Amino acid sequence: MSRYLLKSLLYVIPSVIGISIVLFTVLALAPGDPFEELATNPAIPAEVRANLREKFGLDDPIALRYVRWFGAMVQGDWGFSFASRINVDTLILQRIPVTLFVIGSSLLLAFLVALPVGVLAATRPYSVFDQVASTLALMGFALPTFCTGLLLILVFSIYLDWLPFVYRADISATGWRWYWEHFRQAIMPVAVLGFFQGASWTRYVRSAVLDVIRLDYVTTARSKGLAERVVVVKHVVRNAMIPVVTLVGLQLPAIFGGAIVTEQIFRVPGIGSLLIAAILANDTPVIMAVTFVLSCLVILINLLTDILYGWLDPRISYR
Amino acid sequence: MAGAVILALIAFLVLFGPLFWQVAINEIDFTARLKGPSWRHPFGTDDLGQDLFARMLYGGRISLAVGIAAMLIAVGVGTLVGAIAGISRGRVDAVLMWFTALFLSLPQLPLLLLMIYLFRDALKSIAGPEVGMFVLIVAVIGGFRWMPVARLVRAQFFSLREKEFVEAARALGATTTRTVTRHILPNSLGPVIVAGTIDVAAAIIAESTLSFLGLGFPPDIPTWGRILYDAKDYMDIATHWALFPGAAIFLTVLSITYIGDGLRDALDPRQVL
Repeated sequence: MSRYLLKSLLYVIPSVIGISIVLFTVLALAPGDPFEELATNPAIPAEVRANLREKFGLDDPIALRYVRWFGAMVQGDWGFSFASRINVDTLILQRIPVTLFVIGSSLLLAFLVALPVGVLAATRPYSVFDQVASTLALMGFALPTFCTGLLLILVFSIYLDWLPFVYRADISATGWRWYWEHFRQAIMPVAVLGFFQGASWTRYVRSAVLDVIRLDYVTTARSKGLAERVVVVKHVVRNAMIPVVTLVGLQLPAIFGGAIVTEQIFRVPGIGSLLIAAILANDTPVIMAVTFVLSCLVILINLLTDILYGWLDPRISYR
Repeated sequence: MAGAVILALIAFLVLFGPLFWQVAINEIDFTARLKGPSWRHPFGTDDLGQDLFARMLYGGRISLAVGIAAMLIAVGVGTLVGAIAGISRGRVDAVLMWFTALFLSLPQLPLLLLMIYLFRDALKSIAGPEVGMFVLIVAVIGGFRWMPVARLVRAQFFSLREKEFVEAARALGATTTRTVTRHILPNSLGPVIVAGTIDVAAAIIAESTLSFLGLGFPPDIPTWGRILYDAKDYMDIATHWALFPGAAIFLTVLSITYIGDGLRDALDPRQVL
């Protein structure tokens, strides 16, 4: 197991390098010059511009520029935000806890919905429950997050007026009331993201359990006289989870896309809305840093998936 | 089947609707602002009194065009990469699959946004705001969706390559190119068609997401996502404005997904999903 862990950890390094190469290539291929503004400013002579270019190494070979840029990125030196006039790392550190909270709780919600619903639907295939669940899952799968988000706002904030539709980080209440307010405003964003993920997970769980439940070892477990509940929970679900984890791991990068949209709809002050604001304000350092951070989060999630995979299926980690 | 009927209806409306419903998409009428559905304006009007039905028909054309074009790019690139990897084993295969895995682990939407931010001005000045944006969006969406197709094609190639009919073709003296294009490729396209169908839906979602974030087509081009984006500030007083484009996206994507599911059941009876 420890060798497997080490191997998964080592796999992270080429992924980070690969992603940073992609990001840097995109940046380097992009037209436009960081000193364009200076070029059009008649008060700055051409020599000053050339000196500046030399100082920041803009005329160096591209490989050298990449190494320098990557070194700075890894050390957390992400530059200075043009728009908000503070360092990019402080800005991102301020925003990231909210995003992680929303994504984390929505993943939990998706898990809590998908696992029981998928298993129940698969143990009673083609029953009424199965058909309702499958239809709902397909609909949740087809409904993009911005549609569900607007729909929830329409129903719960505008018609029923139960929930606030603007997420506030600066709630003045204290004690229990503070928790309650946070809970109330988090319901809708978390529900939107959670059900979006949960819908596709339910489909995966259902088909994986259906595949496993017909196998001989399940029949053996039943004929030993084990209760149906024990058979399903202990024997079927664990094996069915192996393909599910793969599929979920492949699909997880999409949750960051969903998170960006959700944060934008509910004005959650996370790094997704930071990214959009930065794009609208032409704030290149922030955009690059947020994309880099999101990419690293995806790699982290892939690593967790690998580890979970090794735990679920010991054959993989002993190879 | 229901999916195919709904999709055909939407496609028909979008393609031929503008011939019958000849209201300009940018005709401003301040006397009819934020009106609900009526006979003059079947889907109501927006905050400038522009007819939503005409705008939605126009936006539908763009959405469907983006979906299909992005799917073609994704399937094209995916088939090419998968075919090369599948036929050439060894080092080329390993490198190509490493690339595929790398692309799979990239967060799509942030990168989409990054590319659009970096390249939009350049392309706009080359090809004009509408065409430039269309090319950019289609290329970027397609460029981030070829990986599943590549994996599918590669897996198909691995199994088909060892089949007798391929061996027979080779024994008859067919070149590698001929075996691939005439014998292996046509037989590996079944799952690719299914994946392509799903890709159309995903591309439509991606395009409307971009427009919804205000970063897709320019504001004067009313795509479904853009209409939704404009509508979201008026949801309490003009619900219809947000409801119609939302329903359009939902119905289109749902029917395409249904068609994809049906195709998968028809083409691959073994899979239960």
